[in-house]
Amino acid sequence: MADLLDRKLIFVTGKGGVGKTTIAASIAWLAAERGKKTLVCDVDDRGDLADLYEAGPLGFAEREVAPRLWAMSMDAEASLKQYLSLQLKLPLITRIGPIARMFDFVASAAPGVKEIVTVGKFCWEVKEDHYDLVVVDAPSSGHVVGQLAAPQGINELVKVGLVRNQTDWMLDILGDPDKTGVVIVATPAEMPVSETEDLMGRLERETNVSLSAVVVNRVLPELFGRGEEEVFARLEDPGARAAVESELGGHLGPLVDAARLMVTMRRSRTVHLERLRNAVSPEVAMLYMPYLFSRGSGLRTTRQVSEALAAELGY
Amino acid sequence: MAQRGGPSRSAGSLGGLVASREIVIACGSGGVGKTTTAAALAAMAALHHQTKVLVLTVDPARRLADALGLEGLGNEARRVDPAAFSRSGTKPRGDMWAAMLDTKQSWDDLVRRHAPDRTTAERILTNPLYENISGRFVQSHDYIAMERLYELHTSGAFDLIVVDTPPSRNALDFIAAPSRMAEFFSSKLLRLLIAPYKSRLVNVASRPFYQVADRVLGSQFLEDIAEFFILFQTMYPGFVERARAVERLLADRRTTFVVVSTLEPAPAAEAEFFIEVLTSRGYDLGALVLNKVLPDYLLDDDAAALAARLEAKAGVIASTKGLAVSLGTDAHQLERVLCEIASNFSNFSMVASREAGLRRDLERRGSIVASAPELEGDINDVAGLLTLGALTWK
Repeated sequence: MADLLDRKLIFVTGKGGVGKTTIAASIAWLAAERGKKTLVCDVDDRGDLADLYEAGPLGFAEREVAPRLWAMSMDAEASLKQYLSLQLKLPLITRIGPIARMFDFVASAAPGVKEIVTVGKFCWEVKEDHYDLVVVDAPSSGHVVGQLAAPQGINELVKVGLVRNQTDWMLDILGDPDKTGVVIVATPAEMPVSETEDLMGRLERETNVSLSAVVVNRVLPELFGRGEEEVFARLEDPGARAAVESELGGHLGPLVDAARLMVTMRRSRTVHLERLRNAVSPEVAMLYMPYLFSRGSGLRTTRQVSEALAAELGY
Repeated sequence: MAQRGGPSRSAGSLGGLVASREIVIACGSGGVGKTTTAAALAAMAALHHQTKVLVLTVDPARRLADALGLEGLGNEARRVDPAAFSRSGTKPRGDMWAAMLDTKQSWDDLVRRHAPDRTTAERILTNPLYENISGRFVQSHDYIAMERLYELHTSGAFDLIVVDTPPSRNALDFIAAPSRMAEFFSSKLLRLLIAPYKSRLVNVASRPFYQVADRVLGSQFLEDIAEFFILFQTMYPGFVERARAVERLLADRRTTFVVVSTLEPAPAAEAEFFIEVLTSRGYDLGALVLNKVLPDYLLDDDAAALAARLEAKAGVIASTKGLAVSLGTDAHQLERVLCEIASNFSNFSMVASREAGLRRDLERRGSIVASAPELEGDINDVAGLLTLGALTWK
């Protein structure tokens, strides 16, 4: 299997709240650090990606936010304009007065158009070889299939017309597992794992895009190693506890409670982690990202996560 | 179960709020426990009040759906088996009902209701575009949730409806959905689009518009769309009026919004944004429910100082004569265990103090603030819902 970063186009998705934007930002950051000219794009336009690079607001025009790392925010209307002029070679775009209104109509009424100009932009960047890698902070699991399936859907709905002619080359890029892949981000919790299971099935049935990796985010550390948990349990004994406390000069209560809390939290997550492991086929890479106690934000987090990612990828 | 987070310090209580309203809408970003919170509030209301409560949910976890008797239900509201309460050792004063939101089914119902006759309804329902459009058209999911709420509320079948909102790409989506829907169906643009297919007289000024549309999409496809909207147009008046009524219901004093969040940066920021939107629209921000809050003892400064001391002195303490042996280990392993205990506390207390900061920011908004700790295991029965509900109710 090709290395994750050797692909050309990566869509990062997952249930809301699992940290998908952070993972997308970190994958792109790592790729750029490793010498690849990388484009990363925010599709939901909530500004989260911009915050992770501390680079100010992003627009549709790509901007270099760090060496070799270019970032942009998707704007379907701007993408349609670019698409019409570059792809369809439509003359005199400026004279088509109500283009914005037309777009509103097209996007609202014709299913899949908004999606295809979005996916089309990424495929175009890949086709033209403008970047070594394009990373998409894609919509959450509920919406991403609609986007990835759009070229196929348009192919079926629109029988003639220029758009129809454009879908074939997009399908070629999307359907090549060495070029294009989806990364699903999940946390070890009930709903994120269930959504990952559902999404894997839908990707398989409804799109021609393959799954490259599953990132398990916010994995809690194992507090005690082999045999240590028994020692911890024996610290409950009043005599032993008193001995430690007299040496230390304070009550261990809150410290022991916190340790028990961590052990419990990790145990309840393990069930879901196991379920996820069983659901993911062995050919798909699983990458484990640790829980960050700093719960920070911004560039510091992006760097921390990309370091952890590098370690998981064996760099 | 872990210890509960900080007590609610506000004047009112969540229980009091819920008792005084007919509609409670739970909103917040994904993954914060919105569905569970909505179900827990409904269960608590049914337990304490002699009332008929409905929880309208969008996408419950499978085991929670099973617990509520929702599997394979479609749109129909169903009573939660009273045995589910007796299994939890409680006897509810009221009835709890549950319904799931089936977007496609709700759209079909809507079309049947507003179409002028059955033939038109059938033609819309069988149009190839309809399925796509009912599935993803202009926040159809968000709109249909609010539409369904209106339907259930006006049916008068329930005294209280607790709604779990769909996961939106943007906090605004479902709140704005009714007005957007009304705008869309009364828009000039739609008429502009349909015009050339209604009459063959194409306005010269708009010709380039159609030329581009034709070239991009093909005229056959455009005609399909136009036919669909011409049919759909027969429903506009009823539709627009309905969307406006839904909008009024959201602003009504019988309705309140409960913003659900965790104390992580992104969900908390989203919660703040929600609060702003609700406030600016004049909707009632009833309460803020904080889930998975870490326990207060992690904020104890003395304990933090002690953790630092333990980490520094672990080696010395572990070598205390006879101590390691009495714990069935050696000094080396004991030192490691003590170090882990110490550094774990420090890690947790760092998270807890960040949470406390976010909590202060949110509390400034002045509504009722209730919080619940992370519960051990997932909630998959009524007993679990009541356990969670009881933590936030008073």
